[in-house]
Amino acid sequence: MTNTLHRYGAPETLKDDYIVFAMAARGINDEGSVEKFKTFLRIAQKHGPINLGDATQGGVYRPSKRLNPLAHWFRKDERDPESVVMNINQPTVVSAVFDDPKALEAFLVDIKKADLGLSVNISALIDSAAEIAKQAGITRHSVEYSLGFFGALDKLPDRATLSLATMCGHGMISFSLAKKMIDWVKQSRRTPEEASAYMARFCSCGIFNTTRSCRLLNECSHRTG
Amino acid sequence: MLEHVFSEMVIAGAGWTQEPPHRYILVYMKISLDRCVACGNCVAICPVGAIDIDPVINRATVDQDRCVECFACYRGLSTEHLNPTLVRSMRKVFSWFRLRFDPEPDVCPTDAIEPQDLAWPRIVRRAFSDPLVPHESTGIHGRGTEEVKTNDVTHRVGEGEVGFTIEFGRPSVSASFRDISGVTETLAAAGIAFEANNPVTHLMDDPSTGKIREDILDERVLSAIVEVKTTMERVPEILRIVREAAENIETIIAIGVSTRCDAEGGSALESVLHDEGVPFWRGKTNLGLGRASQVEPVAGSG
Repeated sequence: MTNTLHRYGAPETLKDDYIVFAMAARGINDEGSVEKFKTFLRIAQKHGPINLGDATQGGVYRPSKRLNPLAHWFRKDERDPESVVMNINQPTVVSAVFDDPKALEAFLVDIKKADLGLSVNISALIDSAAEIAKQAGITRHSVEYSLGFFGALDKLPDRATLSLATMCGHGMISFSLAKKMIDWVKQSRRTPEEASAYMARFCSCGIFNTTRSCRLLNECSHRTG
Repeated sequence: MLEHVFSEMVIAGAGWTQEPPHRYILVYMKISLDRCVACGNCVAICPVGAIDIDPVINRATVDQDRCVECFACYRGLSTEHLNPTLVRSMRKVFSWFRLRFDPEPDVCPTDAIEPQDLAWPRIVRRAFSDPLVPHESTGIHGRGTEEVKTNDVTHRVGEGEVGFTIEFGRPSVSASFRDISGVTETLAAAGIAFEANNPVTHLMDDPSTGKIREDILDERVLSAIVEVKTTMERVPEILRIVREAAENIETIIAIGVSTRCDAEGGSALESVLHDEGVPFWRGKTNLGLGRASQVEPVAGSG
């Protein structure tokens, strides 16, 4: 899974985007890992993440298969972080998304102290991640760099659409949905928060950053053309 | 044999049906003509634009050639269970007055999307496109292996070594295995070895040639990741090969490069990338908190 690696955007547009995920290696430390994953997410919850996810079950934002028709007018906030934690039942990849580097740093201090033995990665600006880890007393072990996109670039949409859609690296948020949400916010048909929630429900790993999405949508709505 | 492996590989995934005698079948995507009310919500949410409203029958239809079986429509849309006849009648009356209901955009009002049986070779589409389907070969949900994310316990990429993830079709452009095979054959000709424990490598006739098996070349996937490991010295050469190959294919290639840091957390790869003029600012940082609990790590590595 490289689903968090290639988020599109200039460095200044990624300063509120930190995904921390934990995983075990198959046959090396995955036995008995279910409780560790739950512990990881419970520790994360103490530090105010904006999204949580389990790669096998879904994230905090999920579609409903029995939606009440009144939802078109009065849609409930169906976010349920506790069910993300409780439903983990097999070795997986769990993630927590933060928009605040200070919260991330405090989380890393607690995770180091918990000594779960899981591999923990930060997906973010490389220099920021290294600095925050250092502040938390952690020296990075390995690093993977996104070098961006090559090839038939004419198939890609505009910058804002690409920034929103690539917040699900598995491509579950289509360019057309992202563009539609930009347009709807511009037309005041939906708020940035509502539009972000629609998109987040398609990201089955729970790594969509709703804070960044709202910011990008707000920026778009104040532009002309 | 390989068909069997892929047939068995997604038992844990969503969207499976179990039929006697307890056989699991992977399914392809179809929209029920009886239930669809042509609201158009599914058109916008399809990552590859495979869904259209057919103006003749006034129903949503799926272009089976473009559909990559990612299940974004089936799983991502919330569903109501409204009566299709009632909804169509209301839409008809509204349309006479040029009125249009402004519904939630992530809802299928009549639960019209119906996965159908899926057979080889189409089965590989879902295996590489649906993130909730794990590959049997790797046990990983998604499209690659654990890469450098568990490098603190696998020691797969050591100091002085570099791992490449070369992802075809991302973001949301999709790719055919013919696109991928063209590039993997070029890499193999340059003497570059592929990661053995990777789903795309498993689909090669012979990894030493990089040629992907003939019967799946025209199958399209949302994305697929090719992985190679090399030395720091060969990074410029591989970057050049991939970037040149990318100019000649009808899809996007997303490149990731990884390495093991030194004792102080420094990365020798950064100077190589600077020298090559490749900008980078975002990536993944493995914090080294993992610990092997079942087997001993590989001696002398990492």
